[in-house]
Amino acid sequence: MVRMSIQTDYRILALIRRFEETVLAEFSSGAFYGTTHTCLGQEANAVGVLGQIAPGDIVVSNHRCHGHFLAYGGDPRALFAELMGKASGVCGGRGGSQHIHWRNFYSNGVLGSTIPLAVGMALAEKRLGGGAIAVAFLGDGAMGEGIVYESLNFASLWKAPILFAVENNHIAQTTPTRLALAGEIAPRFTGFGIPVLELDSSDVLEIAPTAQRLLDEIRSEPAPRALILNTERFGPHSKGDDTRPEDLLARIRSQRDPLEILGARLDPALRAVINAEVATQISSAFQQALADPDPVLNAYF
Amino acid sequence: MTFSSMATVLESLNSALHRALKDDPRVVLMGEDILDPYGGAFKVTRGLSSEYPDRVLSTPISEAGMVGLAAGMALRGLRPVVEIMFGDFLTLAADPLINSISKFRWMYDDQVRVPLVLRTPMGGRRGYGPTHSQSLEKLFLGVPGLRVLAPSTLGDPGRMLYWAILDQEDPVLFVENKLLYLAHLLTDQSSPDLAVRQAGSAAEAPTFVVSIYEAPEPALTIAAYGHMADLARQALERLAFEDEIFCELVVPTQLAPFRIDPVVESVRQTGRLLVCEEGGYTLGWGAEVVARCAEALGPRLKAVQRLAALDLPIPSSNVLERAVLPGLEELIQMAKKMV
Repeated sequence: MVRMSIQTDYRILALIRRFEETVLAEFSSGAFYGTTHTCLGQEANAVGVLGQIAPGDIVVSNHRCHGHFLAYGGDPRALFAELMGKASGVCGGRGGSQHIHWRNFYSNGVLGSTIPLAVGMALAEKRLGGGAIAVAFLGDGAMGEGIVYESLNFASLWKAPILFAVENNHIAQTTPTRLALAGEIAPRFTGFGIPVLELDSSDVLEIAPTAQRLLDEIRSEPAPRALILNTERFGPHSKGDDTRPEDLLARIRSQRDPLEILGARLDPALRAVINAEVATQISSAFQQALADPDPVLNAYF
Repeated sequence: MTFSSMATVLESLNSALHRALKDDPRVVLMGEDILDPYGGAFKVTRGLSSEYPDRVLSTPISEAGMVGLAAGMALRGLRPVVEIMFGDFLTLAADPLINSISKFRWMYDDQVRVPLVLRTPMGGRRGYGPTHSQSLEKLFLGVPGLRVLAPSTLGDPGRMLYWAILDQEDPVLFVENKLLYLAHLLTDQSSPDLAVRQAGSAAEAPTFVVSIYEAPEPALTIAAYGHMADLARQALERLAFEDEIFCELVVPTQLAPFRIDPVVESVRQTGRLLVCEEGGYTLGWGAEVVARCAEALGPRLKAVQRLAALDLPIPSSNVLERAVLPGLEELIQMAKKMV
């Protein structure tokens, strides 16, 4: 059963959008320290896939992890605080934007490095009999890392219960996939015997049932599956490093906005209420995090 | 567990792996060619797959992948032990080791532990050439969050391995010098002339202090680990009985995080320090030992020498390999010049 609550899904999309917009806006104010990678435009992947997981399932994310974390149920205040380097952050300010762990959610900052990790976790769950499965997000950029293919081989060989969710946003930092990726992505999975479904959509209602189908297959008979999600990144790779032309950005923003696509199915008044509530929630989370105390260094190594 | 006086380091390690697999169903062993009847390139895993076929996993030739997988397994409740066939191949697994395994506990704010052991043979003197003979452990010393252990013929290497697998919660790189595998463990019976004591309180990964039984005050401190410690022990005996030069040998089994105190305590008495390692000379383990002794002792440190491999790839030729790697005769000559 797909959880088809448009209101709920829209609220999470809006939460992620508002969070990421706040991050980019407030970096210039000095509220945040370091670097960040926002998922503006890609929110439907996080919501569509993670809306279908079960409690206890494992989520492994990458450098662009805020949307995944929030869709997983993470607290915006704790994530803001982590980006600010505060004691109340998800990892006490030690990890920052791309090194997050909370409950069964893990992210790390080296592309591809998270994939063997996720496969190992899935195999541990299978071995220990807890019934949980793993979802690993990766992007087109990670397709350049050799460890990904070692991991796909292991996953298929040892029948790891894992969904590889590939977010292909057609650009890795500033490099378009045509300069970095030969051939296609799907055969890179089928070549290892991993069945693939591919979508070109920013619609949660299209992504969710496809993800659900693959997760059901993994649950019924432990083995890896891949879901390739062709998507569009609206914002810069990091804070201000977008070299794409404005007209391209304007076009993808008008055609591929997950909030517009799902929001069009809502009553406009209700949508405005949700937007306003989310804006208040994010603003409040940001202000609370801002007021949170700094961490104290604890060295034990 | 007790061993006969003729037990080898290999038997000690193999026995420890048997016991770890027997004692705890969370232990999973992974590596290349580790299944019976082959039992691993150096036979440390012999017999394990026959007894525990479900938990001894033969992997593809994918060092990075298997180490990354082990990290995930350790985070989710297993106790993985990975064998990297040659220590030279650790470079392939450097990213998961440095950027994931060693960091997770601290980076994730102490919410996780990563109890896994990476075992690997290092070292030359077998003619295996530039990519199968190195002692690369110095590249991994000082990585925050990574414990590096190196057994020698002193104490009980198997006990240390068992402890690393089951009785502590953090990642360990366990460096086994190839020449130690067939070396016999030192016992009171096999070495009646030696006085061996453990220094400090770290009983599970101890530092050993070796001297000649009932010898006069030592004139020189020698610090070495792994197989070099075995060479240094031979040097200690020959210097005593052939030249009446008495030394104290300090042998740590934990290289990182490094505990300098036993070395400092010895050098405080002798004032002279000779550091030996099979890894390359420049920026090696010895440099750190010397620096810390200098910080602790100042002018009381009167003389220092380092014996290490030349800064060259390890050659295949027996003659060339012996010229590059530090040997027993060089160690003895160097010690003689220092006292």
